[in-house]
Amino acid sequence: MSKITSDDVRKVANLSRLDLHEEQIDTYASQLEKILDYIDHLEKVDTTNVIPTTRAVEVINVIRDDQVEYTNVREELIDLAPDREGDFYKVPKIISD
Amino acid sequence: MQGSESTWEAVIGLETHVQLGTDSKIFTSASTAFGDQPNTHIDPVVCGLPGTLPVLNQKVLEYAVKAAMALNLKIAEHSKFDRKQYFYPDLPKNYQISQYDEPIAEDGWIDVEVAEKGKDTYVKKIGIERLHMEEDAGKLVHAGSDRLAGSTHSLVDYNRAGVALAEIVSKPDLRTGREAAEYASEIRRIMRYLGVSDGNMQEGSLRCDVNISVRRGPEEPFGTKVEIKNMNSFSAIQKACEYEIKRQIKAYEQGEAVVQETRLWDEGKQTTKSMRSKEGSSDYRYFPDPDLGPIEVNAELRDRWRAALPELPASKRKRYVEDFGLSAYDARVLTDELAMASYFEAVVAAGSDVKSASNWITGDLAAYINANKLSFAELVFSPKDLAEMIQMIIKGQISGKIAKEILPELLANGGSPKKLVETKGLGMISDTKEITLIVEELLKSHPDEVQAFRGGKKKLLGFFVGQLMKKTGGKADPKLANQILNKKLNQ
Repeated sequence: MSKITSDDVRKVANLSRLDLHEEQIDTYASQLEKILDYIDHLEKVDTTNVIPTTRAVEVINVIRDDQVEYTNVREELIDLAPDREGDFYKVPKIISD
Repeated sequence: MQGSESTWEAVIGLETHVQLGTDSKIFTSASTAFGDQPNTHIDPVVCGLPGTLPVLNQKVLEYAVKAAMALNLKIAEHSKFDRKQYFYPDLPKNYQISQYDEPIAEDGWIDVEVAEKGKDTYVKKIGIERLHMEEDAGKLVHAGSDRLAGSTHSLVDYNRAGVALAEIVSKPDLRTGREAAEYASEIRRIMRYLGVSDGNMQEGSLRCDVNISVRRGPEEPFGTKVEIKNMNSFSAIQKACEYEIKRQIKAYEQGEAVVQETRLWDEGKQTTKSMRSKEGSSDYRYFPDPDLGPIEVNAELRDRWRAALPELPASKRKRYVEDFGLSAYDARVLTDELAMASYFEAVVAAGSDVKSASNWITGDLAAYINANKLSFAELVFSPKDLAEMIQMIIKGQISGKIAKEILPELLANGGSPKKLVETKGLGMISDTKEITLIVEELLKSHPDEVQAFRGGKKKLLGFFVGQLMKKTGGKADPKLANQILNKKLNQ
């Protein structure tokens, strides 16, 4: 009855940029399986008269005026990154040859 | 291959990203200014630091709804934001806030006028699938090589990250490169009329991605779709489509497959080339952004924004042809920019002849505007004054030649043409008595020529006209001068 295959785990790990060891894959497969079982359990609840929602607190149209403000934390923000070059963030090359 | 191309049909759809011209970003108060030092306009929300809370800019909502209304889209009663997840360094948060299954607007259309040299102009209704709001990504500079593939590392500038975009997705209703280019240019025209975007393609405020496939006829199923990016002009959109249509037809006719992929337009080589795809990029795992509440545009807001919409280019083009009797070409030129159209309408409202107004505006005035990088809104020569000048020409108070002479001064300094003509003494002599006197004097001082004329040398009329113009400094009303000269010489 396994819904999660080891390939599913590898795919999800890759999409999340998680470097999993082979021996961890079975562990995560069974854990993810349990999460899905829990969802199955939730789906048994009768929601016929419940309005669908995407959030716990219903607020609508939380908006702000189009005003520019300067936070002056640029230097700190750039320094948070592993590497910088002048005013730029510096990142490893994107596509391997 | 010859001849077979005519049975093939291309199916083209456009995804257009329009940068909305707000002062601050879509979810935070950082500035959207273009061209500053890298990473000047970043803050904790742009960088997605833990604990920060994005809040929607109300101007973005207003601009998106107005744009949607102008594209005849249905405004959603309920709309929400989602996270689109992928890892790429141009995204500081590793997800982009966008709208997935509940966009702000769906199901619209626009009328596109397709004009091409040597072909009949036609109007085509192009369907629009949806419009949604989203944030822009940052900009990457690839160091160590001029090519992405050979670079040793990349540099990231997040000034553009979080700038508000409206993404407009057309239905696959376009069939030629020309139609695609005209559609994109109409979208830009509409956005500029609305004042929601400057639509500057060089600065990236308007970007188009093309989806294109070919099939052996209108009844056939769609072929494999290829996406093309990196066109930064309307003519590049047209050429990229035309190149890609040929490439795909050739592939099919040689028995090769067309691969579903993203290709980049190479402006220098005028070709498209395959771009290596981002790994796993098709699996975005959208989910509702828990930090942003849903959006409900109520009837009161909708009515207020709809009432603020200007007359749109398609309606103006139609009106200029039907009400003003202008040619489709003139109507198209005059309505390309709202400022020019408004100027033209003000000139006509001031009582000017329509065709003359159109000629002066699309001719001398447009040339001056372009040469001085101005807008018609900034012109000091007012519509009322242009109308006055045109009236003076029609009434024969000045010649067209004199009008052209005084125009540079009027364009530079503004003011009444009537007054300028008076102070410069350039008014046309259109008084019959005055011209008759000059003519009589002229004939008296050239008795030999008069005799020769009367003896049959009718060509000498030109000589007398020349002499008369010389005497009057070119100010004699030419029609009247000819009449009087003829009369006196033939007496």
